Amino acid sequence: MANNIDLKPVSEFITENAPERFILDMNSDKHEIAISTKDLQVYYGDNLALSEGDLSFERYKITSLVGASGSGKSTFLRSLNRMNDSVATVNGNIMYRGVDINTKAIDVYEMRRHIGMVFQRPNPFAKSIYNNITFALTQRGHYKKQELDEIVETSLKQAALWDQVKDELNKSALALSGGQAQRLVIARALALKPDILLLDEPSSALDPISSAQVEDTLLELKNQYTIIIVTHNMQQAARISDYTAFFHMGKVIEYDLTRKIFTRPKVALTNDYISGNFG
Amino acid sequence: MNAKTADKIATGVIYAISAIVALILIAMLAFILVRGVPHLSWHFLTSPAKAFEAGGGIGIQLFNSFYLLILAMVISFPIALGAAIYLNEYAKKSKFTTVVRTAIEILSSLPSVVVGLFGFLIFVVQFHFGFSILSGAIALTFFNLPLLTRSIETSLAQIPNLQREAGSALGLSRWETVIHVILPAAVPSIVTGVVLSAGRVFGEAAALIYTAGQSAPALNFADWNPFNIASPLSPMRPAETLAVHIWKINSEGIMPDLDAVSAGASAVLIIVVLLFNLSARKIGAQLYKKLTSA
Repeated sequence: MANNIDLKPVSEFITENAPERFILDMNSDKHEIAISTKDLQVYYGDNLALSEGDLSFERYKITSLVGASGSGKSTFLRSLNRMNDSVATVNGNIMYRGVDINTKAIDVYEMRRHIGMVFQRPNPFAKSIYNNITFALTQRGHYKKQELDEIVETSLKQAALWDQVKDELNKSALALSGGQAQRLVIARALALKPDILLLDEPSSALDPISSAQVEDTLLELKNQYTIIIVTHNMQQAARISDYTAFFHMGKVIEYDLTRKIFTRPKVALTNDYISGNFG
Repeated sequence: MNAKTADKIATGVIYAISAIVALILIAMLAFILVRGVPHLSWHFLTSPAKAFEAGGGIGIQLFNSFYLLILAMVISFPIALGAAIYLNEYAKKSKFTTVVRTAIEILSSLPSVVVGLFGFLIFVVQFHFGFSILSGAIALTFFNLPLLTRSIETSLAQIPNLQREAGSALGLSRWETVIHVILPAAVPSIVTGVVLSAGRVFGEAAALIYTAGQSAPALNFADWNPFNIASPLSPMRPAETLAVHIWKINSEGIMPDLDAVSAGASAVLIIVVLLFNLSARKIGAQLYKKLTSA
């Protein structure tokens, strides 16, 4: 199972490949693009769920995807690591490190180790906390016990869960609280050392305190990971993300720096949505 | 009549119906146990049956029942597991899966005596297996397969899709996810299903009368070589089971203590089936507890 994704250094890919309309106006002239999409269209059967999805995501930033239910934002997110393959038809290009990963030739299992995903509801395996984290690793490679121990500790620390569970790593993950379980799931994704972390409303099933902890975790992680998050919570988008994309009826209506979207949106529809007039 | 009264009456009627169902079961169990338990003794449970004199036991029949059960499970479990994994995890809705599901439906509604006669014609006569444990185990597999497949499929379907998504998001293939994530999580409920179906198989008579046979030749419990015909492990020997024995002595038994043997054997059968049923959920719950806490 060798890498069939030719991993060129990310720095080679700068904004020049991105669709013109969404080149972001920023002070620096070079922005590393972690992943970008072109002409992305997603059909569920005959139903076109996403018709215009052209976006580029900057490396080491948090980008929020917002919009009403059914606007296509989750569909878009799930297409990025091809979780929609079995239920939808996805047309267009998804460029990751210079490779179009939306082709048959791509080994999706390998690709998903670079582009991890966390879902709305925490979904730990019915295994111990330790094994939840090491399981996907040991399925693919050989690790010494000591290496695994280190990975478990590092990823749990990154997900801000280590202090709470370090003495009970052999306990079943199903015994964790919702917020802890969600952070374990994040740690599990981080253990694979992905480049990009996709999160589909990761805190909407959690209470406010757990939700805040997850947000803090994400802000910590942004130094090392590119994060793309779907959220229904406008405050959350405003608090944690650098960029925000507003989806409406299967199209990206506006994509800009978060502070611009929330203070001076260019499109009236965006303003209506973020100020709670619909959705 | 106002809504409140109507609701009270409906509740009362439903309670009464449930109570009647429970009472029927309790009455039947009490009748069988009260009649049978006094005849039970270590001697009765271990000694061979006697055809013409009093004092016979059910030792060989009891052993045969368990041995047949184990063989039938060994054959049917892997097939049922494979079919259930395919149907629940892999199959998309297609003509083929519709045919498979319909086949399972039909197979599960076949009268067991028909399965027995089919087994007789094919395995006993055509394949020359004779009246044997092997023929009986295959007939029981036919009888058990559809129910077991459906029960395992239900167990797998109870595992939320979140678990499958978790697996694929970590770059695990569908097979890895099924084997290492879905199956372990479904084990408690699968075990419950297996034990419940074991209870059903243990009490089955009609499918075995013409396949495993109605005679229980003496066994040499010192000989555990399955290739010797007198060995308890030989799959080619005829093997009357406990359920078949009850049917047999009641229709043509001539031993003087017929009533006592019949009552005692029925009590043993019902106790074992009850044990399977009662322990099924307990074992499942305990496995689940072990998997989720330790």
